[in-house]
Amino acid sequence: MAGKQLLLMDGIHKRFGPLIVSAGVTLDVEENEIHALLGENGAGKTVLMSILCGVLSPNEGQIVFKGRPLKLGSPREAIKHRIGMVHQHFMLVPNLTVAENYVLGQGSPFSMIRDMRAVHARILELSDRYGLDVEPDALVSSLSVGEQQRVEILKVLYHGIELLILDEPTAVLTPQETDRLLHLLRQLVADGKTVIFISHKLDEVMRVSDRVSVMRDAKVVRTVKTSETNARELARMMVGRDVLMDLPRAPLEPGRVVLSVEHLSCDSEAGLPALRDVSFEVRANEIVGIAGVSGNGQSELALALTGLLPVASGNVTLDGTQLAGLSSYEINQVPMAHIPEDRHRMGIVLPLPLTENVILQRFDKPPFSSRGLLDLNEITKQTRDLMRRFKVKASGPGDRIRNLSGGNQQKLVVGRELDRRFDFLLINQLTRGIDIGATELVMHKILEQRGAGKAILLISTELEELFTLSDRILVMYEGRLVGEIPPDRSRLEEIGLLMAGKSPLSAA
Amino acid sequence: MANSESGQPLAVVPQVYGALWRGLLGPLRTIIQPAAAVIVALACGAGLLAFNGYEARAVIDVMVLGVFQDTRSIAEILLKATPLILIGVGLCVAFRCSIWNIGAEGQFYAGAIAATAVGVSFDGLTAWIYVPLVMLAGALAGAAWAAIAGLLKVYFRASEIVTTIMLNYIAIIMTSYLVTGPLRDAPAAYPQSARLVQEAWMPRILPPTRLHIGILVALALAVVMYVFLFRSTRGYALRVVGISPDAARYAGISVPRNIMLSICLSGSMAGLAGAFEIAGVTRRLFQSISPGYGFEGIAVALLANNNPIGAVFSGLLFAILRSGSELMQITAQVPQVLVLVIQGIVILSVVGFAVLRIPSMRPSE
Repeated sequence: MAGKQLLLMDGIHKRFGPLIVSAGVTLDVEENEIHALLGENGAGKTVLMSILCGVLSPNEGQIVFKGRPLKLGSPREAIKHRIGMVHQHFMLVPNLTVAENYVLGQGSPFSMIRDMRAVHARILELSDRYGLDVEPDALVSSLSVGEQQRVEILKVLYHGIELLILDEPTAVLTPQETDRLLHLLRQLVADGKTVIFISHKLDEVMRVSDRVSVMRDAKVVRTVKTSETNARELARMMVGRDVLMDLPRAPLEPGRVVLSVEHLSCDSEAGLPALRDVSFEVRANEIVGIAGVSGNGQSELALALTGLLPVASGNVTLDGTQLAGLSSYEINQVPMAHIPEDRHRMGIVLPLPLTENVILQRFDKPPFSSRGLLDLNEITKQTRDLMRRFKVKASGPGDRIRNLSGGNQQKLVVGRELDRRFDFLLINQLTRGIDIGATELVMHKILEQRGAGKAILLISTELEELFTLSDRILVMYEGRLVGEIPPDRSRLEEIGLLMAGKSPLSAA
Repeated sequence: MANSESGQPLAVVPQVYGALWRGLLGPLRTIIQPAAAVIVALACGAGLLAFNGYEARAVIDVMVLGVFQDTRSIAEILLKATPLILIGVGLCVAFRCSIWNIGAEGQFYAGAIAATAVGVSFDGLTAWIYVPLVMLAGALAGAAWAAIAGLLKVYFRASEIVTTIMLNYIAIIMTSYLVTGPLRDAPAAYPQSARLVQEAWMPRILPPTRLHIGILVALALAVVMYVFLFRSTRGYALRVVGISPDAARYAGISVPRNIMLSICLSGSMAGLAGAFEIAGVTRRLFQSISPGYGFEGIAVALLANNNPIGAVFSGLLFAILRSGSELMQITAQVPQVLVLVIQGIVILSVVGFAVLRIPSMRPSE
């Protein structure tokens, strides 16, 4: 069925400063279809949809909706055009009831009193029609995540939306709730609505969508009919990228076991199960990669290993020392270094100068301090030395680290961590957001450490980075390790499928 | 001129000026903004005076000449500057840890109460013991009063802005209760405590003026706190917590411990200021022992960009403004209401300029 075009986003460009988050994206959506937007985290899916529903405005490009050009200044205007989005993080006021949330910001200030009966009736009617089980008088804070999502979807329907955008709707749902949601989406399309469904999960996309647009590196790489493709092809489109570089990796025999993780489980900061029974070892002279779509427990693994997240059960031993249950201060004393995932949030302190970033974990140890006072001369000297060895470009050691580019910031972090005394190095996202030159330098430095007998765990969402550096790759999905694959580029698809929660055998 | 043949030395001149200018620009910038704040405030004040039919020029002359008239008037300024500097320096420490302690007023009262209680209680102690004892009592009481807000923040995530404001009221009303009840000096007509034992009085350093050792302690503590914040490992940890709690946790720095440290340090400085006011100036506890030093101390710290050395200068400035406003009332007969309005403008202007400069004070989206 060649449907009528409902929406065309043409040549959409969006930049945040030097960062290009949408590089000339073209997307067309037909009336009455479920159109999946598939891609890795950071591929630009959410940005594109935020532009479509008026939250962001593009630097270039145009939107044509129902045959007419569309200019949106706010989400409210988008709603006027009957375009609505259900965000990944729900936009509900927890201490109001469902019905109160629906009238919030709508109509006259008095509708909260005057129209409540009509609102109730409308909610019940829609809830009945789609089998949503939404109770208008329930307090939002008393609802489960799945229920809150149904409230959000019903809210969009309540506003008479015709084009419904769902951003990673299944990320927070149990498998049963997911089934129910996918069923609901089909029902909505049968009812004449159009759905854009953002996801990075292949099986859901295959199950529910009519067409798929695959995004990678801020572009739509291809749009295909779901019936004319398969999970294997989609995986390749989603993760496949040009080979950046090939660094020589000397064959090395792995040595003694340095880090051993046994049956590790823990909950995320939000209290949801994040790691489930994870076991692996990292040996000297070895880089173990952990692949996975972000949000599958990798961040929690890094935090649990460094004492920043409490371990629920299981053992972590480093050179025979038990780490589970130690505080981050205590873990700072063991021979471990950690290049953290989010540079700006954890790795560096933006308003401080380079010098005061170099001493972050070792400020109270010699040579940086003695008898409680910082040795500023020594700190400056060491910072200069580090800047030279790691080619950190800055106007001087006193320059604020905020003024440096992402690549130079990361070089400083890598240099600082490699200067610590360590046997085990934990890396979470080595090259995220940095340029090719910096990437090459930090990769070289990491391989040097491998040659020097260190044990290295590399968590990454960049498969290219994993292939270049790792001796073996473990794949993580929903908090479990689901497979181990040698870093052989011919097995890219296999990894892609494992990352998407499919066993390679069943997809073949 | 002799050098002009080679041409080179002259060509170098602009570069030298450029370097000089760049070298000066950094420090200049930190001076220009506070200076602009004061000038804007004074201009507004002069406008207000003129609008209300006063000769602005004459009033400001009276004020400026009056405050620097003689030793006595300068000593009075330093006397007023003592609590402002102490409180301001303490708040620099709290603000550097992103702890918005609005409770210096209450901590000042807590220190004043403790100093009074200790200062009226013992007989036969020498001043060498009694004076430090009174100072210690004030500092500990201020720290303890601040610690309440700190603990509420650490254990229950209660905003210290709210709890410290509430604790102000409790401390002020508790003082009223004490001087009308348990601590009341029976023969006195007004509600006030008994006089402190003479050995507990702060030694005066510039007789016959009232100036006492408090100003020296305040200056010394400003230097100590500067070194603590910017040269010591503990001060470094405290600043990292203030800028980025996540980075602090990553680096193994305890966030709750530094919250407690910073709020207790600032509380102890305010409490010490309260002790000085009792044992150095009034020698008795009254109901309204502080004319708002605790709140003005916030502006002192902000004007100084949370730098303890800078707080010495901004504390002096506020003390001068205070003396000047008294003169405006007495000599130039400007009504108190108008004086308060002008003072308010100064503080608003200072805080306004500070908000421009300190990103963490900007309201988040």
